[in-house]
Amino acid sequence: MTTAPINKVMPLSLVDGPGNRSTIFFQGCNLACAYCHNPETQNQCHHCGICVSGCPSGALTKADGRVNWDPEVCVQCDQCIHVCSSNASPKVRHLTPEEIFEEIQKNLPFIRGITVSGGESTLYPHFIKELFTIARAHGLTCLIDSNGTTDLTSYPALLALCEGVMLDVKAWDQQTYQKITGGLTNAVVKKNLHHLACCNKLEEIRIVCLPGEVDAEAVISGIAETIGENVTDVKLKLITFRSNGVNGRLQNTPSPDDTYMQQLLQQAYELGFEKAVIVS
Amino acid sequence: MSQVLDMVTSQKLTYEQKVMSLAHAAEDTLSVLNIPEKTRYYFEINAIDDLYEGSAPYRPRYIMPDYEHLLTNGSEFLRIEPPEDIDELLNSLMIFYKHVPSITGFPVYLGNIDKLIEPFLDGVSDKKAKKKLRLFLNYLDRTITDSFCHANIGPEATRAGKLILELEKELQNAVPNFTLKYDPAITPDDYAELAVHASLYCANPAFCNHHIHQKTYPTDYGISSCYNILPIGGGAHTLSRITLPGLANVATSTEQFLYELLPDCLEALGGYMNERIRFLVEQSGFFESSFLVKEGFIDANNFIGMLGITGLAECTNILMGENEKRYGHDSEADDLAEQIMKVISNFAAQFPAKYSNISGGQLMLHAQVGMDYDIGITSGVRIPVSDELENIYDHLRHSARFHREITTGCGDIFPIETTGRNNPSAILDIVKGAFSLGSKYMSFYEENSDLVRITGYLVKRSEMEKYRDEQVVLQNTTQLGTSNYDHNHLKDRKVRGV
Ligand code: SF4
Ligand code: SF4
Repeated sequence: MTTAPINKVMPLSLVDGPGNRSTIFFQGCNLACAYCHNPETQNQCHHCGICVSGCPSGALTKADGRVNWDPEVCVQCDQCIHVCSSNASPKVRHLTPEEIFEEIQKNLPFIRGITVSGGESTLYPHFIKELFTIARAHGLTCLIDSNGTTDLTSYPALLALCEGVMLDVKAWDQQTYQKITGGLTNAVVKKNLHHLACCNKLEEIRIVCLPGEVDAEAVISGIAETIGENVTDVKLKLITFRSNGVNGRLQNTPSPDDTYMQQLLQQAYELGFEKAVIVS
Repeated sequence: MSQVLDMVTSQKLTYEQKVMSLAHAAEDTLSVLNIPEKTRYYFEINAIDDLYEGSAPYRPRYIMPDYEHLLTNGSEFLRIEPPEDIDELLNSLMIFYKHVPSITGFPVYLGNIDKLIEPFLDGVSDKKAKKKLRLFLNYLDRTITDSFCHANIGPEATRAGKLILELEKELQNAVPNFTLKYDPAITPDDYAELAVHASLYCANPAFCNHHIHQKTYPTDYGISSCYNILPIGGGAHTLSRITLPGLANVATSTEQFLYELLPDCLEALGGYMNERIRFLVEQSGFFESSFLVKEGFIDANNFIGMLGITGLAECTNILMGENEKRYGHDSEADDLAEQIMKVISNFAAQFPAKYSNISGGQLMLHAQVGMDYDIGITSGVRIPVSDELENIYDHLRHSARFHREITTGCGDIFPIETTGRNNPSAILDIVKGAFSLGSKYMSFYEENSDLVRITGYLVKRSEMEKYRDEQVVLQNTTQLGTSNYDHNHLKDRKVRGV
């Protein structure tokens, strides 16, 4: 049976996507963005056991070289996440699509759909395809939140099942991209951008804005060039960098000021992004 | 008499508030109601409450005039011709409202306001219409100095409704309350989303399950005061309540409560309500003398008696005793609560209520939202503040279950994280889900909003600050709201979001 590592299933989301949705966070990401807000979703636990002794509730135990987590006992203090130096979490469950859907079903009739997020959900394309098939059979719409590093042109069936992709475009210049994400190349992201726009599956584009680290101006004009006339329809979110939750070299970096964000918004408007917004 | 002198010399009451308090004190010197010994006992143990309705009823508690009638016929008594343009309409309404009595001394129902205004907007630009409506709305807020006042919009989308929503966001008025009669089959999503969005700025409008409520009466319904669902062209003679925890406190066992005490107390309450209705209809002279009756704005046959219920949560918890199973959290407790509700609704179904034709001669149940003096008694059938269910869906499923028996007003209030403003469609999805399960009424306000919903009415936090600071405040509901907010720790209401 296929399972995937799941960090958590959130019953509701007032912010992401059209309408109210349940969000499934996968564990594990192929990037390591310097501004990541939930770095504990980046890596798989390697069972070193460091977090076990600090758990106040006894939810963590170590047996046969594996760290086990008991969700019934856990008090969600996140102590384990704070002490883990591997950007992992012991609170990950390996679930099948059916098991995930059992949890989601409890949220009906209050949601209109589901969103897969991460980590990076597209590292498990076959798995999300199965999950989407079940969700659609229950009348739910499906969205993918992705960093765009999986070549989605290879998964037409998956795209057919989903309403659209919310795509992070993290940088335009290759070196800038490497520095902020730790990834090798953003060529696939650009390819996805073009492909999703062509097949009308570009639900939203996100740029986390931090001058000096992210070439947001180039990203905005690069996207406009790539997606052509789709600029008027696509939602563009200019996200103001915030340091809360961030680990590592940017953890004390201040947010860009309002003037800068407004300049970006202005640029986006001028390039025809009618649905551009600043997320503060 | 010293109480009267206190009113006269108070420096915390406006002139208008003094006059009303004095009138109330005068009414209470009368004892015209025949109240049996047993009923007095239930009053004493705080199991029955007349909700400050006064001891000699001389007007129905809530009046729901048929304002459409004003549009077609004008009023002879008030010397108003049927209005022909928007200025005449708004002016006629302003005059008329002044003459609609109620328990609060102010009109509790202002009509399906968007429907009244819409036909007069033809040829009036948005800008012009907004200017006129702004003046109108501010007039209402500054002269109806009591938040138990309600106007309705929907379920259809109208230009008038849209302009009102836009203005409310800007004006931040506590009066009137607005309710959107919401039916996903009729109300367009973008209109309902506009309403959600507005409510996250000004706590208005609230959402009423139109699909369910439209079947309440043979005539159209309106939402008045602290969300009472009442027939238009009539209203409520009276609202008295059973304060369930007061009764549970004297119970010797759960069985004795369910099968002896509760039926006996309900009998006493029903008798008391009938006695109020009798005096109002047969002796007070209201229905004989009011121009509202004579000119057909209301009809004596369209009034009902509302039997209020409050504190179901605490009552259940008292009866559950020491075993720590509690209302909202344990199925055993909820099953008991449902049994209590069944006893009450069975009582209402068979008790003959006087002068209540439109409800088939029955009292109708209402989730009474509480009084300023209630301490440790949760509104209606709500789950107590700070004991709310972690998962909002579970909370709403619970609401739907306990809203079922209550026909004339029952709702929940949710503070929402500021980020909710970015995606009103998410909140609308939750409303749709809740309504499809049978939840009857929902309202929202943004977590830091100046305007907050107390039990059903709105008060400004800034005004409460002034009142705590011993200053005179314009709206008397600020006084009620402040004690309620403090006594019931409303600032601790669970904020919903993510
Ligand atoms: S979560 Fe981190 S600290 Fe805990 S066992 Fe896994 S790798 Fe080690
Ligand atoms: S969050 Fe982690 S440390 Fe805290 S109780 Fe749960 S498992 Fe233990």
